[in-house]
Amino acid sequence: MERKTPRVLVIIPAYNEEETIAGVIEDVRREMPRAGIVVVNDGSTDRTPRVVRQTGVELLEHPYNMGIGAAMQTGYKYAISRGFDIAVQVDADGQHRAGEIKRLIEPILDRNADVVVGSRFLGLGDYRPSFARGVAITIFSRIVSSILGARITDPSSGFRAAGRRAVWYLSRCYPDDYPEVEALVLLHKKGFAIMEVPVKMAERKGGRSSITAGRGVYYMVKVLLAIFVDLLKRVD
Amino acid sequence: MFRVISIVIAIVLFVMVIDFIRRGLLKEKYAVLWLAAIGAVGIFAVWRGLLDRVASWVGVAYPPSFLFLIGLVFILMILLHFSVVISILTERNKNLAQEVALLKARVDEMDKKGAAAGKEEG
Repeated sequence: MERKTPRVLVIIPAYNEEETIAGVIEDVRREMPRAGIVVVNDGSTDRTPRVVRQTGVELLEHPYNMGIGAAMQTGYKYAISRGFDIAVQVDADGQHRAGEIKRLIEPILDRNADVVVGSRFLGLGDYRPSFARGVAITIFSRIVSSILGARITDPSSGFRAAGRRAVWYLSRCYPDDYPEVEALVLLHKKGFAIMEVPVKMAERKGGRSSITAGRGVYYMVKVLLAIFVDLLKRVD
Repeated sequence: MFRVISIVIAIVLFVMVIDFIRRGLLKEKYAVLWLAAIGAVGIFAVWRGLLDRVASWVGVAYPPSFLFLIGLVFILMILLHFSVVISILTERNKNLAQEVALLKARVDEMDKKGAAAGKEEG
């Protein structure tokens, strides 16, 4: 009996990325011709949904904006309902390069990991975050690394792949705000194997980063609190 | 005595808030203000010197009253936050209901087409 090839789904959460979404879709189609693609429109107010419809890619539309956590979770639910084996997150702003997706899913195919995170700090490319961002990333990296007992250098990277069991868990339980870091802690607590691979990301081409100074503080407070409480769940 | 009561209440509330988050009953974003309130009341209840100093600087003669004032101000902020959240939820609820209305119409339309096609074949 022939072994079934694992079906890969690329989830592209999108909020007002009309300038870059078409390019991202084309990039994914070219590099991963056999993978499924689904764009989750998180209540965009620009022409993003119209652009996506012109490409013919599957489109899920939220009636209102709920944030990237909810958008990815919708994608994970779609992955489960359609029987995909691996789900990959690719951001709509063009920073994630589809050519690197193969490197993300390889450890999952080899059964070495359940979740693979693409890190910008493992030697590929020369990404240098701004000072504030760098401080936040370092703090979270230290915390997550010590919790997981493994070196996680880029815990806030959204460029990641997850195997079926992890996708099922995430489809039921995924943080709404700034989910990337907390998700790693939750997955670790559930016993999933997490590892990083080096990737090189592109400069943000279109649009603007949504994290302002005030939101940055709220981000850190909220995530630190969430992680602290998530750890408590383990004690009993 | 009011200090002991305040500290006990602060501790109990803190444990409750953390436990609710842990059980998934309370989302972190709605807990932040509560924790700030508990923290503020807790600090001023424990650190009597600070309470006396700030109270007199603000012009409150009886320091324990200032503790009540702090609690009151935080409660007002939390209530205002609730009103904002309710407003957002109301708007989202309306959007969902409207989507449902439109989807029902499309489903009915699809049902009719399906029934019509069935009749032609049968």
